[in-house]
Amino acid sequence: MQKKLYMTAGFNTVSLGTGRKEFNPKKERPGIEHYISEAGKGVVKQIGDANKIDETVIGNFMAARFNKQAHLGGFAGLVDDKLEYKPSLRVEGACASGGLSLISAMRSVLAGTAEVALSLGVEVQNTVKAIYGADILAGAGWFQNRKTGHAFFFPGQFSDRAGVYYQKYGYDYARAGMRQWFVNAIENARLDPKAQEHHNTTADLAGFYDKMKPNGKTFVDHLNVLDCSKVSDGASGILVSSEEGLQKLGIDKSQAVEITGWAQVTRNITKDPVDPVELTTIKKAAEKALAMAEITLDQVATIETHDCFSIAGLLAVEALGLAEKGRGAEYVSDGNTARNGAMPMNTTGGLIGWGHPTGATGVHQAVTIWQQLTGNAGQAQIDIHADRPYGMTINMGGDDVTVVAIVYKRG
Amino acid sequence: MTYDERLQQVAVLGAAGKMGSGILLLTAVEMTDISLKPENKGKTFVLNAIDLSDEGLAGLIDYLRVQVLKIAEKKTVWLRQMYADRADLIENFDIIDQYVNDVIQLVRPTTAIETAYRSSIVFEAVTENKDLKVKILKQIDENNPNKPWYFTNTSSVPIHLIESEAALKGRVLGFHFYNPPAVQKLVELIVTPNSQPEMKQFALDYAKALRKVVVPSNDVAGFIGNGHFMRDALYGINQALELAKNRPFYEAVYMINKVSQDFLVRPMGIFQLIDYVGIDVVQFIMKVMNPHMTDEDLHSPILDQLMELGVKGGQQSSGAQKDGFLKYEKGVITAVYDINKQAYIAVDEFAASCDQELGELPAGHKPWKAAVRIADKDSHFGPYFEALKQTNTLGAKLAVKYGQNSDAIGRKLVSDGVANQEADVNTVMLTGFFHAYGPINNYFA
Repeated sequence: MQKKLYMTAGFNTVSLGTGRKEFNPKKERPGIEHYISEAGKGVVKQIGDANKIDETVIGNFMAARFNKQAHLGGFAGLVDDKLEYKPSLRVEGACASGGLSLISAMRSVLAGTAEVALSLGVEVQNTVKAIYGADILAGAGWFQNRKTGHAFFFPGQFSDRAGVYYQKYGYDYARAGMRQWFVNAIENARLDPKAQEHHNTTADLAGFYDKMKPNGKTFVDHLNVLDCSKVSDGASGILVSSEEGLQKLGIDKSQAVEITGWAQVTRNITKDPVDPVELTTIKKAAEKALAMAEITLDQVATIETHDCFSIAGLLAVEALGLAEKGRGAEYVSDGNTARNGAMPMNTTGGLIGWGHPTGATGVHQAVTIWQQLTGNAGQAQIDIHADRPYGMTINMGGDDVTVVAIVYKRG
Repeated sequence: MTYDERLQQVAVLGAAGKMGSGILLLTAVEMTDISLKPENKGKTFVLNAIDLSDEGLAGLIDYLRVQVLKIAEKKTVWLRQMYADRADLIENFDIIDQYVNDVIQLVRPTTAIETAYRSSIVFEAVTENKDLKVKILKQIDENNPNKPWYFTNTSSVPIHLIESEAALKGRVLGFHFYNPPAVQKLVELIVTPNSQPEMKQFALDYAKALRKVVVPSNDVAGFIGNGHFMRDALYGINQALELAKNRPFYEAVYMINKVSQDFLVRPMGIFQLIDYVGIDVVQFIMKVMNPHMTDEDLHSPILDQLMELGVKGGQQSSGAQKDGFLKYEKGVITAVYDINKQAYIAVDEFAASCDQELGELPAGHKPWKAAVRIADKDSHFGPYFEALKQTNTLGAKLAVKYGQNSDAIGRKLVSDGVANQEADVNTVMLTGFFHAYGPINNYFA
């Protein structure tokens, strides 16, 4: 890379939706403006002065339908007056919009048009019932497939993948892995006060999961609702900075993470996945990012991966090469991805436990890695050993269509 | 005529009423679902929503639209299959919208009873008045060449009387929904000795399609549900009068209501239930039932007195509870009617001393809301009622007597031949009245 890149001053709003005590679908809730503003202010507060920010990038998927609001770049001034009359734009890549927000900010800093860029991600999805939210989220697929798709379009896509996985490797074997993925997600979310499942008190999570058999009559054939990420309102923000920018901010490198590798890979949205039990785009993106960082996975302390569905968690484990094809379920059920396992993943709950405000998720993942590598993860903090100073995020848009993979190093 | 064909031409009488609109909703949805089957594409389905009230009919379509939307949102997975051939309907939103339109389209709100002259099935949900029911059904039958089937929603009038007086031999049966029909799972099915077997089979198929629990009741005024409720209510009123020998009647009403709700773990106390159903309706049903009773007098002067004073209970069109024996604010009981002063007395003024007199709830008590969710009810209620029997307080004693009486009412319904078996009485009270345990049990023996 031509110059060093850092991230610092991460901030998450609460991920609001079912699971949170304060969530009431019948009562009025904060709008998208609130979330952009809260996340942005949460970042600015850590640096004291918004004048030090040169540009704002807002990742968002579908505000035009969820909130009837486009043109989100115009909301930068709501974060702070000092961001007005500076570059601000919104980027979109379905559920990878947050990742694209990071990438765009990184490009600006690399290009030298900004020293410090504010990367935000936001989505406010509880404005419609889930059955209509499914329509909106289906926009992450090819609209020409919508008619033949499932009522719950994306759960349908990943249910199909799960169905093939069951067939190839065994139902009970696969479900054991998915169940453990769910249990880890909730247990981790309980440790983060901003997480949507933070208030979860279910004593026997595994038993609870087993009771909910997939039912194609009311939902999809091969997944239950616990296999799915949450419907969430939330926003996250983090600063992307050059080395000079970091000095300007007055932030010590110990409170920042260095970006040592990254990749943004996209496959043809009009084609079906080559292999239903492989996340090929994630595989390619991860390989590229690790190669760019010139590291191997055994140097990585923790990974945030895009578990929009538990099966996507298992398939990501395989795509990353943590387990061989078909062995992802076993890798997870053996406890390897738990917070005290060989490769702690999604340590604040991921999309199933922390929540999935779609356009914010990529940024939230970066915030979690920043928290873990800088010792800012509070109760959710895991041990980061000196010989494994790296973290990694995998942010996916659509059915393995747009993927952003980033490798972070303790500053 | 097949089940599907039979449901092509239907009328609901009293369609704007509380029961009628619910029956209309369920029937409209069932007819639409049938019309969507591939073999029925292109066939016409007509549901005449007949009511005397133009005003009521005006709000009916709005009511249907809201309710059908909720129903459609819950079965979109299935609807997408049904509309798979409609290339123009792509998103869930499009499909749900089309379904709501399809349901509304087959409903024809009208004040003209003549529209029922072509119906194959007539659901009757007019006022609980035998003569009115007979007059309307007779008129339709004399003008309808299709020999239609009549399903009456009466909760008290013996079916054989309607059958003979309206000259509908074998073509009328009791199909008694509980309020509100869209929510309540229970239907009481009452046939007469003349009932056509295929009509009874249709009724069972129709109930199954609506996911209702059918309990057969014999054709005795009040059937099982009101057979129990009216006697239970009368007992509650009389117990209050007994208690009122030593205290004001309103205090006694409060105490018996509390005993029947809290000590007996029911969803509401007996006076709240009377208010919910409506003092006018309860009085009326007793009046309908009483001439058919040989060994008891199903009548309460207190109800007559309240009606004369204009205290009627029942519900607002919004579903909010009107004041009756009790006064309600947002569903919470705040005062009790003093029949002497003709005014409501705030509960705060006397509740503490009444509660003290009744005594504490026995150990192991769980409120109805929690108790109703317990899977093994016997394991909870067995020990609880045992503790109740051992408790030497006024509340516990009244509750045990109340429970014994409720049990006796249930058993009498079987011995009188209203219900075929004890289990049917319990099913009615569990599903139609949301009791957490059946009235016929061994808890109070």
